[in-house]
Amino acid sequence: MIALTLQRMGRWALERLERLGRSNLFLLHVVPGLPGLLARPGLVVQQTFAIGVLSLPIVVVAGLFVGMVLALQLYNTMVDFGAEQSLGPVVALSLVRELGPVVTALLFAGRAGSALAAEIGLMKATEQLSSMEMMAVDPLRRIVAPRLAGGIISLPLLSAIFSAVGISGGFLVATGLLGVDSNAYWSQMRANVDLFDDLANGVIKSVVFGVVVTWIAVFEGYDAAPTSEGVARATTRTVVNSSLAVLGLDFILTALMFGDDT
Amino acid sequence: MADGSSLVEIRGLRFAYSGRTIFDGIDIDIRRGGVTAIMGPSGTGKTTLLRLIGGQEQPASGSVRVDGMEVSRLSRRQLYELRKRMGMLFQSGALLTDLSVFDNVAFPLREHTRLPEEMIRDLVLIKLQAVGLRGARDLMPAALSGGMARRVALARAIALDPMVIMYDEPFSGQDPISMGVLVKLIREINDALGMTTIIVSHDVHETAAIADYLYLLSEGRVVEHGTPDELQRAGSRWTRQFLNGLPDGPVPFHYPAPEFGVELLEPGSSR
Ligand SMILES: Nc1ncnc2c1ncn2[C@@H]1O[C@H](COP(=O)(O)OP(=O)(O)OP(=O)(O)O)[C@@H](O)[C@H]1O
Ligand SMILES: [Mg+2]
Repeated sequence: MIALTLQRMGRWALERLERLGRSNLFLLHVVPGLPGLLARPGLVVQQTFAIGVLSLPIVVVAGLFVGMVLALQLYNTMVDFGAEQSLGPVVALSLVRELGPVVTALLFAGRAGSALAAEIGLMKATEQLSSMEMMAVDPLRRIVAPRLAGGIISLPLLSAIFSAVGISGGFLVATGLLGVDSNAYWSQMRANVDLFDDLANGVIKSVVFGVVVTWIAVFEGYDAAPTSEGVARATTRTVVNSSLAVLGLDFILTALMFGDDT
Repeated sequence: MADGSSLVEIRGLRFAYSGRTIFDGIDIDIRRGGVTAIMGPSGTGKTTLLRLIGGQEQPASGSVRVDGMEVSRLSRRQLYELRKRMGMLFQSGALLTDLSVFDNVAFPLREHTRLPEEMIRDLVLIKLQAVGLRGARDLMPAALSGGMARRVALARAIALDPMVIMYDEPFSGQDPISMGVLVKLIREINDALGMTTIIVSHDVHETAAIADYLYLLSEGRVVEHGTPDELQRAGSRWTRQFLNGLPDGPVPFHYPAPEFGVELLEPGSSR
Protein backbone atom coordinates (compact mmCIF):
# COMPACT_ATOMS: atom_id res chain seq x y z
CA MET A 1 0.00 0.00 0.00
CA ILE A 2 2.65 2.47 1.05
CA ALA A 3 4.92 1.22 -1.68
CA LEU A 4 2.16 1.76 -4.20
CA THR A 5 1.50 5.30 -3.00
CA LEU A 6 5.19 6.10 -3.14
CA GLN A 7 5.36 4.64 -6.62
CA ARG A 8 2.46 6.83 -7.75
CA MET A 9 4.00 9.92 -6.24
CA GLY A 10 7.29 9.09 -7.88
CA ARG A 11 5.69 8.64 -11.27
CA TRP A 12 3.72 11.85 -10.85
CA ALA A 13 6.87 13.77 -10.00
CA LEU A 14 8.79 12.22 -12.87
CA GLU A 15 6.04 13.09 -15.32
CA ARG A 16 6.05 16.71 -14.12
CA LEU A 17 9.81 16.92 -14.47
CA GLU A 18 9.68 15.40 -17.91
CA ARG A 19 7.07 17.93 -19.04
CA LEU A 20 9.14 20.74 -17.63
CA GLY A 21 12.14 19.45 -19.54
CA ARG A 22 10.14 19.15 -22.72
CA SER A 23 8.74 22.65 -22.40
CA ASN A 24 12.28 23.98 -22.03
CA LEU A 25 13.45 22.13 -25.11
CA PHE A 26 10.41 23.43 -26.93
CA LEU A 27 11.31 27.02 -26.03
CA LEU A 28 14.86 26.35 -27.12
CA HIS A 29 13.55 25.38 -30.54
CA VAL A 30 11.20 28.34 -30.84
CA VAL A 31 13.57 31.11 -29.78
CA PRO A 32 15.91 30.82 -32.80
CA GLY A 33 12.83 31.49 -34.93
CA LEU A 34 12.16 34.84 -33.27
CA PRO A 35 14.79 36.95 -35.09
CA GLY A 36 13.43 35.64 -38.39
CA LEU A 37 10.17 37.39 -37.57
CA LEU A 38 11.83 40.74 -38.17
CA ALA A 39 11.71 39.91 -41.84
CA ARG A 40 7.97 39.29 -41.60
CA PRO A 41 6.61 41.86 -39.16
CA GLY A 42 3.13 41.34 -40.57
CA LEU A 43 2.83 37.99 -38.82
CA VAL A 44 3.67 39.49 -35.43
CA VAL A 45 1.43 42.50 -35.88
CA GLN A 46 -1.43 40.21 -36.81
CA GLN A 47 -0.92 38.05 -33.72
CA THR A 48 -0.39 40.98 -31.38
CA PHE A 49 -3.59 42.43 -32.68
CA ALA A 50 -5.51 39.16 -32.34
CA ILE A 51 -4.19 38.37 -28.87
CA GLY A 52 -4.27 41.93 -27.55
CA VAL A 53 -7.65 42.88 -28.88
CA LEU A 54 -9.08 39.60 -27.66
CA SER A 55 -8.22 40.53 -24.08
CA LEU A 56 -8.84 44.29 -24.28
CA PRO A 57 -12.51 44.45 -23.20
CA ILE A 58 -12.06 42.21 -20.19
CA VAL A 59 -8.90 44.07 -19.15
CA VAL A 60 -10.57 47.49 -19.40
CA VAL A 61 -13.67 46.45 -17.46
CA ALA A 62 -11.67 44.64 -14.80
CA GLY A 63 -9.24 47.56 -14.48
CA LEU A 64 -12.09 50.00 -13.95
CA PHE A 65 -13.69 47.97 -11.18
CA VAL A 66 -10.44 47.07 -9.45
CA GLY A 67 -9.47 50.76 -9.41
CA MET A 68 -12.82 51.81 -8.00
CA VAL A 69 -12.86 49.14 -5.30
CA LEU A 70 -9.29 49.96 -4.39
CA ALA A 71 -10.16 53.63 -3.86
CA LEU A 72 -13.11 52.71 -1.64
CA GLN A 73 -11.18 50.24 0.47
CA LEU A 74 -8.09 52.35 0.89
CA TYR A 75 -10.06 55.50 1.66
CA ASN A 76 -11.80 53.80 4.59
CA THR A 77 -8.48 52.97 6.18
CA MET A 78 -6.64 56.13 5.26
CA VAL A 79 -9.29 58.49 6.50
CA ASP A 80 -8.70 57.17 10.01
CA PHE A 81 -5.14 58.39 9.79
CA GLY A 82 -6.12 61.63 8.10
CA ALA A 83 -4.16 60.56 5.08
CA GLU A 84 -7.00 60.57 2.55
CA GLN A 85 -5.29 63.21 0.42
CA SER A 86 -2.64 60.57 -0.39
CA LEU A 87 -5.22 58.28 -1.91
CA GLY A 88 -3.93 59.00 -5.42
CA PRO A 89 -0.37 57.70 -5.02
CA VAL A 90 -1.47 54.69 -2.98
CA VAL A 91 -3.99 53.62 -5.59
CA ALA A 92 -1.46 54.22 -8.34
CA LEU A 93 1.33 52.34 -6.61
CA SER A 94 -0.85 49.33 -5.83
CA LEU A 95 -1.93 49.18 -9.44
CA VAL A 96 1.35 49.87 -11.16
CA ARG A 97 3.56 47.73 -8.96
CA GLU A 98 1.26 44.86 -8.15
CA LEU A 99 -2.32 44.56 -9.26
CA GLY A 100 -1.85 45.76 -12.82
CA PRO A 101 0.70 43.15 -13.88
CA VAL A 102 -0.76 40.30 -11.79
CA VAL A 103 -4.46 40.68 -12.45
CA THR A 104 -3.86 41.40 -16.13
CA ALA A 105 -1.69 38.30 -16.42
CA LEU A 106 -4.37 36.16 -14.77
CA LEU A 107 -7.07 37.54 -17.07
CA PHE A 108 -4.73 37.13 -20.02
CA ALA A 109 -4.13 33.49 -19.13
CA GLY A 110 -7.85 32.84 -18.98
CA ARG A 111 -8.75 34.72 -22.12
CA ALA A 112 -5.84 34.68 -24.56
CA GLY A 113 -3.76 31.82 -23.16
CA SER A 114 -6.57 29.32 -23.34
CA ALA A 115 -7.48 30.49 -26.85
CA LEU A 116 -3.87 30.11 -28.01
CA ALA A 117 -3.57 26.61 -26.57
CA ALA A 118 -6.87 25.55 -28.12
CA GLU A 119 -6.00 27.03 -31.49
CA ILE A 120 -2.61 25.34 -31.73
CA GLY A 121 -3.95 22.09 -30.27
CA LEU A 122 -6.73 21.97 -32.84
CA MET A 123 -4.29 22.71 -35.65
CA LYS A 124 -2.34 19.70 -34.48
CA ALA A 125 -5.40 17.49 -34.12
CA THR A 126 -6.56 18.33 -37.65
CA GLU A 127 -3.11 17.62 -39.13
CA GLN A 128 -2.60 21.25 -40.12
CA LEU A 129 0.78 21.31 -38.41
CA SER A 130 1.77 18.04 -40.08
CA SER A 131 0.74 19.31 -43.47
CA MET A 132 2.78 22.46 -42.91
CA GLU A 133 5.82 20.36 -42.10
CA MET A 134 5.30 18.44 -45.32
CA MET A 135 5.14 21.75 -47.18
CA ALA A 136 8.59 22.46 -45.72
CA VAL A 137 7.20 25.21 -43.51
CA ASP A 138 8.30 24.88 -39.89
CA PRO A 139 5.25 25.33 -37.65
CA LEU A 140 7.51 26.40 -34.80
CA ARG A 141 8.54 29.38 -36.87
CA ARG A 142 5.37 30.07 -38.80
CA ILE A 143 2.75 29.40 -36.10
CA VAL A 144 4.35 29.30 -32.67
CA ALA A 145 7.01 32.04 -32.86
CA PRO A 146 4.68 34.86 -34.00
CA ARG A 147 2.19 33.94 -31.28
CA LEU A 148 4.89 33.90 -28.64
CA ALA A 149 6.08 37.31 -29.79
CA GLY A 150 2.53 38.62 -29.94
CA GLY A 151 1.83 37.50 -26.39
CA ILE A 152 5.05 38.97 -25.04
CA ILE A 153 4.27 42.31 -26.67
CA SER A 154 0.60 42.32 -25.69
CA LEU A 155 0.75 41.65 -21.99
CA PRO A 156 2.85 44.70 -20.96
CA LEU A 157 0.60 46.90 -23.09
CA LEU A 158 -2.51 45.41 -21.55
CA SER A 159 -1.06 45.83 -18.06
CA ALA A 160 -0.40 49.48 -18.77
CA ILE A 161 -3.96 49.93 -19.96
CA PHE A 162 -5.26 48.10 -16.91
CA SER A 163 -3.32 50.38 -14.56
CA ALA A 164 -4.32 53.53 -16.43
CA VAL A 165 -7.99 52.60 -16.42
CA GLY A 166 -7.73 51.55 -12.76
CA ILE A 167 -6.21 54.87 -11.75
CA SER A 168 -8.99 56.71 -13.59
CA GLY A 169 -11.58 54.49 -11.90
CA GLY A 170 -10.02 55.30 -8.56
CA PHE A 171 -10.12 58.99 -9.45
CA LEU A 172 -13.84 58.83 -10.28
CA VAL A 173 -14.66 57.21 -6.97
CA ALA A 174 -12.28 59.38 -4.97
CA THR A 175 -13.49 62.72 -6.29
CA GLY A 176 -17.09 61.88 -7.15
CA LEU A 177 -18.01 59.70 -4.22
CA LEU A 178 -15.54 60.34 -1.44
CA GLY A 179 -14.87 64.04 -1.86
CA VAL A 180 -11.09 63.84 -2.25
CA ASP A 181 -9.63 66.93 -3.90
CA SER A 182 -8.98 66.19 -7.56
CA ASN A 183 -5.79 68.28 -7.67
CA ALA A 184 -4.43 66.45 -4.66
CA TYR A 185 -5.17 63.07 -6.29
CA TRP A 186 -3.04 63.86 -9.33
CA SER A 187 -0.30 66.03 -7.86
CA GLN A 188 0.37 63.67 -4.96
CA MET A 189 0.51 60.83 -7.45
CA ARG A 190 2.98 62.66 -9.63
CA ALA A 191 5.13 63.52 -6.64
CA ASN A 192 5.23 60.04 -5.20
CA VAL A 193 5.29 57.60 -8.09
CA ASP A 194 8.78 57.18 -9.40
CA LEU A 195 9.27 56.49 -13.05
CA PHE A 196 12.21 54.15 -12.73
CA ASP A 197 11.55 52.48 -9.43
CA ASP A 198 7.83 51.95 -9.65
CA LEU A 199 6.98 51.87 -13.32
CA ALA A 200 9.99 49.78 -14.23
CA ASN A 201 9.04 47.43 -11.44
CA GLY A 202 5.64 46.87 -13.00
CA VAL A 203 6.97 46.67 -16.53
CA ILE A 204 9.55 44.03 -15.61
CA LYS A 205 6.86 41.96 -13.95
CA SER A 206 4.49 42.16 -16.88
CA VAL A 207 7.22 41.27 -19.38
CA VAL A 208 8.14 38.21 -17.33
CA PHE A 209 4.48 37.22 -17.01
CA GLY A 210 3.99 37.75 -20.74
CA VAL A 211 6.83 35.37 -21.54
CA VAL A 212 5.72 32.73 -19.06
CA VAL A 213 1.99 32.74 -19.80
CA THR A 214 2.42 32.73 -23.57
CA TRP A 215 5.14 30.11 -23.38
CA ILE A 216 2.92 27.81 -21.32
CA ALA A 217 -0.01 28.38 -23.68
CA VAL A 218 1.85 27.63 -26.92
CA PHE A 219 3.68 24.69 -25.35
CA GLU A 220 0.50 23.10 -24.03
CA GLY A 221 -1.20 23.56 -27.39
CA TYR A 222 1.73 22.16 -29.32
CA ASP A 223 2.16 19.27 -26.91
CA ALA A 224 -1.56 18.41 -26.76
CA ALA A 225 -2.72 14.91 -27.61
CA PRO A 226 -4.23 15.27 -31.11
CA THR A 227 -7.81 14.62 -30.00
CA SER A 228 -10.66 16.79 -28.72
CA GLU A 229 -10.00 15.50 -25.22
CA GLY A 230 -6.34 16.35 -25.56
CA VAL A 231 -7.16 19.90 -26.63
CA ALA A 232 -9.59 20.32 -23.73
CA ARG A 233 -6.91 19.19 -21.31
CA ALA A 234 -4.35 21.51 -22.87
CA THR A 235 -6.58 24.55 -22.36
CA THR A 236 -7.31 23.66 -18.75
CA ARG A 237 -3.64 23.06 -18.03
CA THR A 238 -2.73 26.37 -19.63
CA VAL A 239 -5.01 28.33 -17.35
CA VAL A 240 -4.12 26.44 -14.18
CA ASN A 241 -0.38 26.27 -14.72
CA SER A 242 0.06 29.81 -15.93
CA SER A 243 -2.06 31.27 -13.13
CA LEU A 244 0.01 29.45 -10.55
CA ALA A 245 3.22 30.43 -12.28
CA VAL A 246 2.18 34.10 -12.30
CA LEU A 247 1.36 34.14 -8.60
CA GLY A 248 4.53 32.28 -7.66
CA LEU A 249 6.76 34.45 -9.82
CA ASP A 250 5.08 37.58 -8.52
CA PHE A 251 6.20 36.74 -5.03
CA ILE A 252 9.75 36.04 -6.14
CA LEU A 253 9.99 39.18 -8.28
CA THR A 254 8.50 41.39 -5.58
CA ALA A 255 10.91 40.02 -3.01
CA LEU A 256 13.85 40.57 -5.34
CA MET A 257 12.88 44.09 -6.34
CA PHE A 258 11.97 45.33 -2.86
CA GLY A 259 15.22 43.87 -1.64
CA ASP A 260 16.88 46.09 -4.20
CA ASP A 261 15.14 49.26 -3.02
CA THR A 262 16.00 49.14 0.66
CA MET B 1 14.44 -3.44 -60.01
CA ALA B 2 17.07 -1.30 -58.35
CA ASP B 3 18.15 -0.02 -61.69
CA GLY B 4 18.71 3.56 -60.67
CA SER B 5 15.44 4.73 -62.13
CA SER B 6 13.67 4.51 -58.78
CA LEU B 7 12.90 7.80 -57.16
CA VAL B 8 12.00 6.21 -53.85
CA GLU B 9 13.80 3.11 -52.70
CA ILE B 10 12.73 1.33 -49.55
CA ARG B 11 14.82 -1.56 -48.26
CA GLY B 12 14.19 -3.82 -45.30
CA LEU B 13 12.04 -1.22 -43.62
CA ARG B 14 10.93 -1.98 -40.09
CA PHE B 15 8.74 0.31 -38.05
CA ALA B 16 6.67 0.03 -34.89
CA TYR B 17 4.31 2.33 -33.00
CA SER B 18 4.97 1.85 -29.29
CA GLY B 19 5.71 -1.84 -29.59
CA ARG B 20 3.10 -2.65 -32.22
CA THR B 21 4.89 -3.70 -35.38
CA ILE B 22 3.56 -1.92 -38.45
CA PHE B 23 6.25 -2.84 -41.00
CA ASP B 24 8.29 -5.96 -40.71
CA GLY B 25 10.87 -5.66 -43.43
CA ILE B 26 9.41 -4.30 -46.66
CA ASP B 27 11.05 -3.44 -49.97
CA ILE B 28 9.38 -0.98 -52.31
CA ASP B 29 10.57 0.84 -55.40
CA ILE B 30 8.75 3.84 -56.76
CA ARG B 31 9.74 4.41 -60.35
CA ARG B 32 10.48 7.82 -61.70
CA GLY B 33 7.75 9.23 -63.86
CA GLY B 34 5.28 6.48 -63.05
CA VAL B 35 2.16 6.15 -60.97
CA THR B 36 2.67 3.62 -58.22
CA ALA B 37 -0.17 2.56 -56.00
CA ILE B 38 0.16 1.21 -52.50
CA MET B 39 -2.90 -0.73 -51.49
CA GLY B 40 -3.90 -2.73 -48.51
CA PRO B 41 -6.56 -3.20 -45.88
CA SER B 42 -7.37 -0.35 -43.51
CA GLY B 43 -4.84 -0.04 -40.72
CA THR B 44 -1.93 -1.77 -42.47
CA GLY B 45 0.13 1.37 -42.32
CA LYS B 46 -0.28 3.02 -45.70
CA THR B 47 -0.44 6.49 -44.22
CA THR B 48 2.48 5.60 -41.99
CA LEU B 49 4.48 4.61 -45.07
CA LEU B 50 3.93 8.05 -46.61
CA ARG B 51 4.99 9.68 -43.35
CA LEU B 52 8.18 7.63 -43.41
CA ILE B 53 8.89 8.71 -46.97
CA GLY B 54 8.28 12.33 -45.99
CA GLY B 55 10.61 12.03 -43.00
CA GLN B 56 7.91 12.64 -40.39
CA GLU B 57 8.60 9.25 -38.79
CA GLN B 58 11.91 7.48 -38.38
CA PRO B 59 12.34 3.83 -39.37
CA ALA B 60 13.42 1.42 -36.64
CA SER B 61 15.73 -0.17 -39.17
CA GLY B 62 16.12 -0.41 -42.91
CA SER B 63 16.43 2.45 -45.32
CA VAL B 64 14.17 4.92 -47.09
CA ARG B 65 15.92 6.74 -49.90
CA VAL B 66 14.33 9.53 -51.88
CA ASP B 67 16.18 10.74 -54.94
CA GLY B 68 19.28 8.98 -53.66
CA MET B 69 19.17 10.55 -50.19
CA GLU B 70 18.66 8.59 -47.02
CA VAL B 71 15.72 10.44 -45.49
CA SER B 72 16.43 9.60 -41.86
CA ARG B 73 20.03 10.88 -42.10
CA LEU B 74 19.23 14.28 -43.57
CA SER B 75 19.77 17.38 -41.49
CA ARG B 76 16.67 19.44 -40.83
CA ARG B 77 17.63 21.92 -43.50
CA GLN B 78 18.22 19.20 -46.08
CA LEU B 79 14.97 17.51 -45.14
CA TYR B 80 13.06 20.75 -45.64
CA GLU B 81 14.78 21.27 -48.99
CA LEU B 82 13.68 17.79 -49.99
CA ARG B 83 10.13 18.40 -48.84
CA LYS B 84 9.87 21.47 -51.05
CA ARG B 85 10.12 19.01 -53.90
CA MET B 86 7.46 16.72 -52.46
CA GLY B 87 3.75 17.29 -52.49
CA MET B 88 1.48 15.48 -50.13
CA LEU B 89 -2.26 15.23 -50.05
CA PHE B 90 -3.38 14.33 -46.54
CA GLN B 91 -6.18 11.88 -45.94
CA SER B 92 -8.14 14.60 -44.13
CA GLY B 93 -7.14 17.38 -46.53
CA ALA B 94 -5.55 19.26 -43.62
CA LEU B 95 -6.31 22.71 -45.03
CA LEU B 96 -5.32 25.66 -42.88
CA THR B 97 -8.65 26.62 -41.39
CA ASP B 98 -7.90 30.31 -40.88
CA LEU B 99 -7.09 30.88 -44.55
CA SER B 100 -9.47 30.98 -47.51
CA VAL B 101 -9.30 28.43 -50.31
CA PHE B 102 -7.29 30.86 -52.39
CA ASP B 103 -4.83 31.60 -49.59
CA ASN B 104 -4.45 27.91 -48.83
CA VAL B 105 -3.32 27.18 -52.36
CA ALA B 106 -1.16 30.30 -52.35
CA PHE B 107 0.42 29.35 -49.01
CA PRO B 108 3.37 27.27 -50.28
CA LEU B 109 4.01 29.80 -53.04
CA ARG B 110 4.11 32.69 -50.60
CA GLU B 111 6.29 30.80 -48.15
CA HIS B 112 8.84 29.54 -50.61
CA THR B 113 8.95 31.94 -53.53
CA ARG B 114 9.23 35.67 -54.00
CA LEU B 115 6.83 35.79 -56.89
CA PRO B 116 4.84 38.98 -57.34
CA GLU B 117 1.26 38.81 -56.16
CA GLU B 118 -0.23 38.89 -59.69
CA MET B 119 1.76 35.86 -60.67
CA ILE B 120 0.73 34.00 -57.53
CA ARG B 121 -2.86 34.85 -58.38
CA ASP B 122 -2.54 33.37 -61.84
CA LEU B 123 -0.82 30.23 -60.60
CA VAL B 124 -3.41 29.67 -57.90
CA LEU B 125 -6.27 30.13 -60.33
CA ILE B 126 -4.70 27.65 -62.75
CA LYS B 127 -4.41 25.02 -60.01
CA LEU B 128 -7.94 25.68 -58.77
CA GLN B 129 -9.29 25.53 -62.31
CA ALA B 130 -7.65 22.13 -62.70
CA VAL B 131 -9.55 20.74 -59.71
CA GLY B 132 -12.77 22.48 -60.73
CA LEU B 133 -12.94 24.84 -57.77
CA ARG B 134 -11.94 28.20 -59.21
CA GLY B 135 -15.37 29.49 -58.24
CA ALA B 136 -14.86 28.46 -54.62
CA ARG B 137 -11.72 30.51 -54.11
CA ASP B 138 -13.20 32.87 -51.55
CA LEU B 139 -14.79 30.20 -49.38
CA MET B 140 -13.29 29.26 -46.04
CA PRO B 141 -12.37 25.59 -45.52
CA ALA B 142 -15.21 25.16 -43.02
CA ALA B 143 -17.65 25.87 -45.86
CA LEU B 144 -16.33 23.05 -48.06
CA SER B 145 -17.56 19.50 -48.25
CA GLY B 146 -15.07 16.73 -47.50
CA GLY B 147 -14.59 15.94 -51.17
CA MET B 148 -14.11 19.61 -52.09
CA ALA B 149 -11.58 20.07 -49.29
CA ARG B 150 -9.62 17.12 -50.65
CA ARG B 151 -9.55 18.71 -54.09
CA VAL B 152 -8.36 22.05 -52.70
CA ALA B 153 -5.64 20.16 -50.85
CA LEU B 154 -4.70 18.56 -54.16
CA ALA B 155 -4.39 21.98 -55.77
CA ARG B 156 -2.20 23.07 -52.86
CA ALA B 157 -0.03 19.95 -53.09
CA ILE B 158 0.79 20.65 -56.74
CA ALA B 159 1.23 24.40 -56.26
CA LEU B 160 5.03 24.19 -56.31
CA ASP B 161 5.13 21.60 -59.12
CA PRO B 162 6.92 19.01 -56.99
CA MET B 163 8.97 16.13 -58.36
CA VAL B 164 6.95 13.58 -56.43
CA ILE B 165 3.43 13.78 -55.17
CA MET B 166 1.88 11.49 -52.58
CA TYR B 167 -1.87 11.07 -52.43
CA ASP B 168 -3.40 9.60 -49.30
CA GLU B 169 -6.85 8.31 -50.26
CA PRO B 170 -7.57 10.91 -52.95
CA PHE B 171 -10.80 9.25 -54.01
CA SER B 172 -12.72 8.80 -50.80
CA GLY B 173 -15.66 11.14 -50.49
CA GLN B 174 -15.82 11.96 -54.21
CA ASP B 175 -19.01 11.58 -56.21
CA PRO B 176 -18.80 9.57 -59.45
CA ILE B 177 -18.28 12.67 -61.60
CA SER B 178 -15.51 14.29 -59.61
CA MET B 179 -14.04 10.84 -59.09
CA GLY B 180 -13.75 10.34 -62.84
CA VAL B 181 -12.26 13.80 -63.30
CA LEU B 182 -9.85 13.27 -60.45
CA VAL B 183 -8.62 9.93 -61.75
CA LYS B 184 -7.90 11.51 -65.10
CA LEU B 185 -6.39 14.57 -63.48
CA ILE B 186 -3.92 12.60 -61.37
CA ARG B 187 -2.73 10.76 -64.44
CA GLU B 188 -2.51 13.97 -66.48
CA ILE B 189 -0.62 15.88 -63.81
CA ASN B 190 1.83 13.03 -63.58
CA ASP B 191 2.42 12.79 -67.32
CA ALA B 192 2.26 16.46 -68.24
CA LEU B 193 4.58 17.68 -65.52
CA GLY B 194 6.86 14.64 -65.54
CA MET B 195 6.17 13.95 -61.89
CA THR B 196 6.31 10.75 -59.95
CA THR B 197 3.12 9.76 -58.23
CA ILE B 198 2.43 7.60 -55.22
CA ILE B 199 -1.20 6.81 -54.51
CA VAL B 200 -2.39 5.21 -51.33
CA SER B 201 -5.88 3.96 -51.72
CA HIS B 202 -8.30 1.14 -51.31
CA ASP B 203 -10.49 2.14 -54.20
CA VAL B 204 -9.34 -0.81 -56.22
CA HIS B 205 -10.87 -0.05 -59.60
CA GLU B 206 -10.01 3.62 -59.84
CA THR B 207 -6.50 3.01 -58.64
CA ALA B 208 -5.86 0.03 -60.86
CA ALA B 209 -7.11 2.11 -63.79
CA ILE B 210 -4.34 4.71 -63.52
CA ALA B 211 -1.53 2.92 -61.71
CA ASP B 212 1.45 1.57 -63.62
CA TYR B 213 2.49 -0.57 -60.74
CA LEU B 214 0.79 -1.87 -57.61
CA TYR B 215 2.05 -2.92 -54.21
CA LEU B 216 -0.25 -4.80 -51.89
CA LEU B 217 0.57 -4.54 -48.20
CA SER B 218 -0.77 -6.63 -45.40
CA GLU B 219 0.35 -7.34 -41.86
CA GLY B 220 3.61 -5.53 -42.19
CA ARG B 221 4.73 -7.12 -45.43
CA VAL B 222 4.48 -6.64 -49.15
CA VAL B 223 2.13 -9.42 -50.15
CA GLU B 224 2.33 -8.93 -53.86
CA HIS B 225 3.49 -6.45 -56.44
CA GLY B 226 3.25 -6.09 -60.17
CA THR B 227 1.35 -4.28 -62.87
CA PRO B 228 -2.43 -4.30 -62.49
CA ASP B 229 -2.75 -6.86 -65.28
CA GLU B 230 -0.23 -9.22 -63.77
CA LEU B 231 -1.92 -9.12 -60.43
CA GLN B 232 -5.38 -9.73 -61.84
CA ARG B 233 -4.15 -12.69 -63.84
CA ALA B 234 -1.59 -14.35 -61.68
CA GLY B 235 -2.35 -13.07 -58.18
CA SER B 236 -2.75 -15.32 -55.20
CA ARG B 237 -5.99 -16.08 -53.44
CA TRP B 238 -5.25 -13.16 -51.09
CA THR B 239 -4.72 -10.76 -53.99
CA ARG B 240 -7.88 -11.79 -55.76
CA GLN B 241 -9.89 -11.47 -52.57
CA PHE B 242 -8.58 -7.97 -52.03
CA LEU B 243 -8.86 -6.79 -55.61
CA ASN B 244 -12.37 -8.13 -55.97
CA GLY B 245 -13.56 -7.07 -52.54
CA LEU B 246 -14.71 -10.45 -51.31
CA PRO B 247 -15.55 -10.71 -47.60
CA ASP B 248 -14.23 -14.23 -47.11
CA GLY B 249 -10.69 -15.31 -47.64
CA PRO B 250 -7.29 -14.94 -46.08
CA VAL B 251 -7.58 -11.17 -45.47
CA PRO B 252 -8.93 -10.55 -41.98
CA PHE B 253 -11.59 -7.86 -41.58
CA HIS B 254 -11.03 -7.64 -37.81
CA TYR B 255 -8.33 -5.87 -35.85
CA PRO B 256 -6.43 -8.62 -33.99
CA ALA B 257 -8.51 -9.74 -30.98
CA PRO B 258 -9.17 -12.83 -28.92
CA GLU B 259 -11.90 -15.16 -30.14
CA PHE B 260 -15.21 -13.32 -29.92
CA GLY B 261 -17.01 -16.28 -28.30
CA VAL B 262 -14.34 -16.58 -25.63
CA GLU B 263 -14.48 -12.89 -24.85
CA LEU B 264 -18.27 -12.83 -24.55
CA LEU B 265 -18.21 -15.73 -22.11
CA GLU B 266 -15.29 -14.40 -20.09
CA PRO B 267 -16.59 -13.80 -16.57
CA GLY B 268 -15.85 -10.73 -14.52
CA SER B 269 -14.37 -8.53 -17.22
CA SER B 270 -16.00 -5.16 -17.31
CA ARG B 271 -14.88 -4.00 -20.72
N1 LIG C 1 0.36 8.01 -33.81
C1 LIG C 1 0.12 6.68 -33.68
N2 LIG C 1 0.41 6.05 -32.52
C2 LIG C 1 0.18 4.73 -32.36
N3 LIG C 1 -0.34 3.94 -33.31
C3 LIG C 1 -0.65 4.51 -34.50
C4 LIG C 1 -0.44 5.91 -34.74
N4 LIG C 1 -0.84 6.18 -36.00
C5 LIG C 1 -1.28 5.02 -36.51
N5 LIG C 1 -1.17 4.01 -35.63
C6 LIG C 1 -1.49 2.60 -35.86
O1 LIG C 1 -0.75 2.20 -36.98
C7 LIG C 1 -1.53 1.42 -37.84
C8 LIG C 1 -1.40 1.94 -39.24
O2 LIG C 1 -1.97 3.22 -39.32
P1 LIG C 1 -2.15 3.97 -40.70
O3 LIG C 1 -2.85 5.25 -40.43
O4 LIG C 1 -0.82 4.05 -41.35
O5 LIG C 1 -3.10 2.97 -41.50
P2 LIG C 1 -3.67 3.09 -42.97
O6 LIG C 1 -3.17 1.93 -43.72
O7 LIG C 1 -3.39 4.43 -43.52
O8 LIG C 1 -5.22 2.91 -42.73
P3 LIG C 1 -6.46 3.60 -43.50
O9 LIG C 1 -6.57 2.91 -44.80
O10 LIG C 1 -7.62 3.31 -42.62
O11 LIG C 1 -6.14 5.05 -43.62
C9 LIG C 1 -2.95 1.45 -37.31
O12 LIG C 1 -3.25 0.16 -36.85
C10 LIG C 1 -2.95 2.41 -36.18
O13 LIG C 1 -3.62 1.83 -35.09
MG1 LIG D 1 -4.49 6.08 -43.90
